[in-house]
Amino acid sequence: MTFPWLTTLIALPALGAVLTALVPSGRGPLAKQVATGFALLTLLVGALISIQYLFDVDMGVESETYEWIPEFGASWALDVHGISLALMALTVLATPIVALAMWREAEDEQRDPKAFFALLLVVEALTLTAFLSQDVLLFYVVFEAMLIPLYFMIGMYGGPQRRYAAVKFLLYNLVGGLAMLAAVIGLYVQSVDAGNPSFFLPDLIALDIDTTTQWWLFVGFMLAFAIKAPLWPFHTWLPDAAAEATPSNAAFLSGVADKVGTYGMIALVLPLFPDASRDAAPVIVALAVVSIIYGALLAIGQTDLKRLIGYTSISHFGFIVLGIFALSGQAATGATFYMVNHGLSTIALFVVVGFLINRRGSRQVDDFGGVQKPAPKLAGVFLVAGLSGLALPPLATFLSEFLVISGTFTRYRPAAIIATLGIVLSALYILWLYQRTMTGPVQPAVEGMPDLRTREAVVVAPLLALLLVVGFFPKPLTDAIDEAVEPTLVEVGVEPPEPLAPVAEHVEEGTGR
Amino acid sequence: MNAPTIEYAELAPLITIFGAAVVGVLIEAFAPRRLRHPIQVGLSLVALVAALVQVILLAGTGMVAAVGAVAIDGPALFLQGTILVLAIISVGFFAERRLEAGGDAFAPSASSLPGSEEERVLVRERMLQTEVYPLVLFAVGGMMLFPAANDLLMLFIALEVMSLPLYLLCGMARRRRLLSQEAALKYFLLGAFSSAIFLFGMAFVYGYAGTLRFGEISEALTANVGQDGILLAGVGLMAVGLLFKVGAVPFHSWTPDVYQGAPTPITGFMAACTKLAAFGALVRLFYVAFGGLRTDWQPMLWAVAIATMLVGAVVALTQTDIKRMLAYSSIAHAGFVLTAMVAADSSATGAILFYLATYGIATLGAFAVVTLVRDSGGEATHLAKWAGLGRRSPVLAATFALFLLAFAGIPLTSGFVGKLSVFTAAIDGGAAPLVVVGVIASAVAAFFYVRVIVLMFFSDPAPEGPTVAVPSLWTAVGITLGAAATLLLGIVPGPLLDLAQQASIFVR
Repeated sequence: MTFPWLTTLIALPALGAVLTALVPSGRGPLAKQVATGFALLTLLVGALISIQYLFDVDMGVESETYEWIPEFGASWALDVHGISLALMALTVLATPIVALAMWREAEDEQRDPKAFFALLLVVEALTLTAFLSQDVLLFYVVFEAMLIPLYFMIGMYGGPQRRYAAVKFLLYNLVGGLAMLAAVIGLYVQSVDAGNPSFFLPDLIALDIDTTTQWWLFVGFMLAFAIKAPLWPFHTWLPDAAAEATPSNAAFLSGVADKVGTYGMIALVLPLFPDASRDAAPVIVALAVVSIIYGALLAIGQTDLKRLIGYTSISHFGFIVLGIFALSGQAATGATFYMVNHGLSTIALFVVVGFLINRRGSRQVDDFGGVQKPAPKLAGVFLVAGLSGLALPPLATFLSEFLVISGTFTRYRPAAIIATLGIVLSALYILWLYQRTMTGPVQPAVEGMPDLRTREAVVVAPLLALLLVVGFFPKPLTDAIDEAVEPTLVEVGVEPPEPLAPVAEHVEEGTGR
Repeated sequence: MNAPTIEYAELAPLITIFGAAVVGVLIEAFAPRRLRHPIQVGLSLVALVAALVQVILLAGTGMVAAVGAVAIDGPALFLQGTILVLAIISVGFFAERRLEAGGDAFAPSASSLPGSEEERVLVRERMLQTEVYPLVLFAVGGMMLFPAANDLLMLFIALEVMSLPLYLLCGMARRRRLLSQEAALKYFLLGAFSSAIFLFGMAFVYGYAGTLRFGEISEALTANVGQDGILLAGVGLMAVGLLFKVGAVPFHSWTPDVYQGAPTPITGFMAACTKLAAFGALVRLFYVAFGGLRTDWQPMLWAVAIATMLVGAVVALTQTDIKRMLAYSSIAHAGFVLTAMVAADSSATGAILFYLATYGIATLGAFAVVTLVRDSGGEATHLAKWAGLGRRSPVLAATFALFLLAFAGIPLTSGFVGKLSVFTAAIDGGAAPLVVVGVIASAVAAFFYVRVIVLMFFSDPAPEGPTVAVPSLWTAVGITLGAAATLLLGIVPGPLLDLAQQASIFVR
């Protein structure tokens, strides 16, 4: 029997959460250290698993299946494939960074920071389970259960309107989740009718479901994921949550936790309901394009820093969904790659904005101006994080955006063209934001603003470094993703689109055959 | 004519409970007043535990006892066992004496006039009222018999044995006695009315089938053709009586008033156990006796289930009293159980049994938490007073939040698995539209559960808010057990689900 690495990966943060919660109240620093320590341990295990799959070194990681609720045919089934690998890596990386970024923010709150750190680890454990789960019921359980700790994280720590934002977040996502519950049960009943009651994903993918039923189930699943992701017009909870939550919490929410939605689309919806996905693709692509443009336009108009970044996320999620439902291998790889890069870039942006807000005590864009004079390093990392948001080469975000758009172009040409407009708008909102806050005359309140501190540099440096490194050497990751995306698209049964300039003809002419 | 044989061994749990209840009455008559409380509590607990052991020993039995009047089978034993467990925890809550200065949740003497000199003297002398315990034992006996009853007459007797003590218990609150007595009267009048309708329906069914036994009624359905009018009238009227007991719309109007007025430990006991017993009887009657009429009663239950879920969830939104809110939530839950029942599928009975057990545990726990939040006027049941409870007493608020999340059906609580199993049974039985309604109702219901959580954790405490009383071991243990079971059955529901599935075969 080999060591259950995947279960360990989930058990570590769960255990950390319990231990953090058990730290006596009033000893905030100890709670933070315990939580960060466990997040780092999880990162170590995650790195070990990633090495096996990225570089083909055998570390003894294997898929795991244990019986859970035999009455329903549900099991604790975990496995890693390219898509889940990418998101697993993102999650284990992001958690310690968010924990570190939260270090000071928690001090400003009236409350004991213990609860936030414990809940953060709970969400990490649940998110990891969602990404690794091979069982639809298990996925659903963690997908829903995740809402509760996130709800408390938003509602207990954050801005003056946090209660409203937390309730809105929870109710939106609960409605989606309940629609999905009906669909999950419907899917299970399909397997019962087929004589093999099971929630095991490969078993369910193998089912032959008639198109009408697929449509109903597709709607149930997609509603949940579109709210979670979030896709226009189900997005309105995100700007509120992003604005009211603490910056690092907002970073974790839109950078990591929301990826469960897009992950569900590519890893569950496409293979489970291939016919419905194919038929519905144009509609979803249209919604994604609306999201891209709408999010970007509203981002330009925002006066609140965090709300602005929240809207940029809606635009970026539009790109991810576009890539998934373009149903071409290139776009799907790009979309998955995008999920990781968007995670890194959004976390960087939120965290740096958090530093700014923390110093100035305001989150209004107008309250800043000329920050680059007193705090040049801070302005520098803000610029780099911003540039990753607008997908400047050689940052990793460029490559994923390029893959999505070129992959979409072969299938939905107008959609790809309009989406390109989104890139132009993203340059506008980022650069204009930089101009308004960092350049120009130094505002009186900004004078003497301290520059980047060591802890803050430790938080931001790995994010920016990763964006650069992955931008230069994307191959191991994209190869792993490619491998996983391929079978999914075969399941959907979409013919690879005709190349625009048929390669074969050129070859024939070239060799003169 | 031969004397009928009675299977004493199989009926032992019932005999134990009823015997102990009679002994309890004798203790009331002969034991000195000061000793009654410990004796009654001890007797009740011993009898309930003994009956539970007997039920466990009977597990796996499938037979008809007492000349066909009582069925001792899986569903009956499962429900009897669950009712006994819940009753044991409830008796612990009844015996709680630390919350009220010098007393428990019950009026020292139910017959004294509210506000009278007599009442004042009794309170001053710290008199405790102990009639509660024999009454509860009678009610528990009736509840155990109700889902086991296999003929119409026994069904009616069980209904009355269960209901009459409950009517009395509802009127015994120590505080706000007029409200409590009003609740009791309302419950009694409406209950008596529904019993009469139930009896009327029984007469029709007897007139049609010429027999009282469930099994023989079922046979008569196939033999007698052409008198459907009288039969359907009978089925409809009997359904009214039973749906009244489970609190289904449109026969639910008693629920909020009675839940609010009754002493809170009684409300918890009633909400949990009555629902179990009444659903047990409903399912047995409709599956065993009227199973052949399925296509006739399904449309009626469809309508009732939809109305129950929607009315329960929507009206709960407007409630400002925590007990009334839980009452409407219990109505919505009755609707969820009905979705599985309508499906009448092979997996439905197991799903219903599991749902009832988990719901009962969470309900009992939730009402017990309500008894602990108090101000100068007794329990502070107005929702506004619960503001900021999470700051003042995080553990208690977290426990209550857990129960609310279980009611809302959030994963990793028992409520989720229950909902999953009843909805699965419903879709399996071809009632997918009902599940869609159920999902919508769940979303609405989630709103008001979440509202309470918001209030407890995110609101600032009111300046003169209630305090959280420190309970004695009785209540603390009960609530802890409830919370642990709610969480545990959400994470590893396998064993109980398996038990419920195994116990889902009705003897005919």
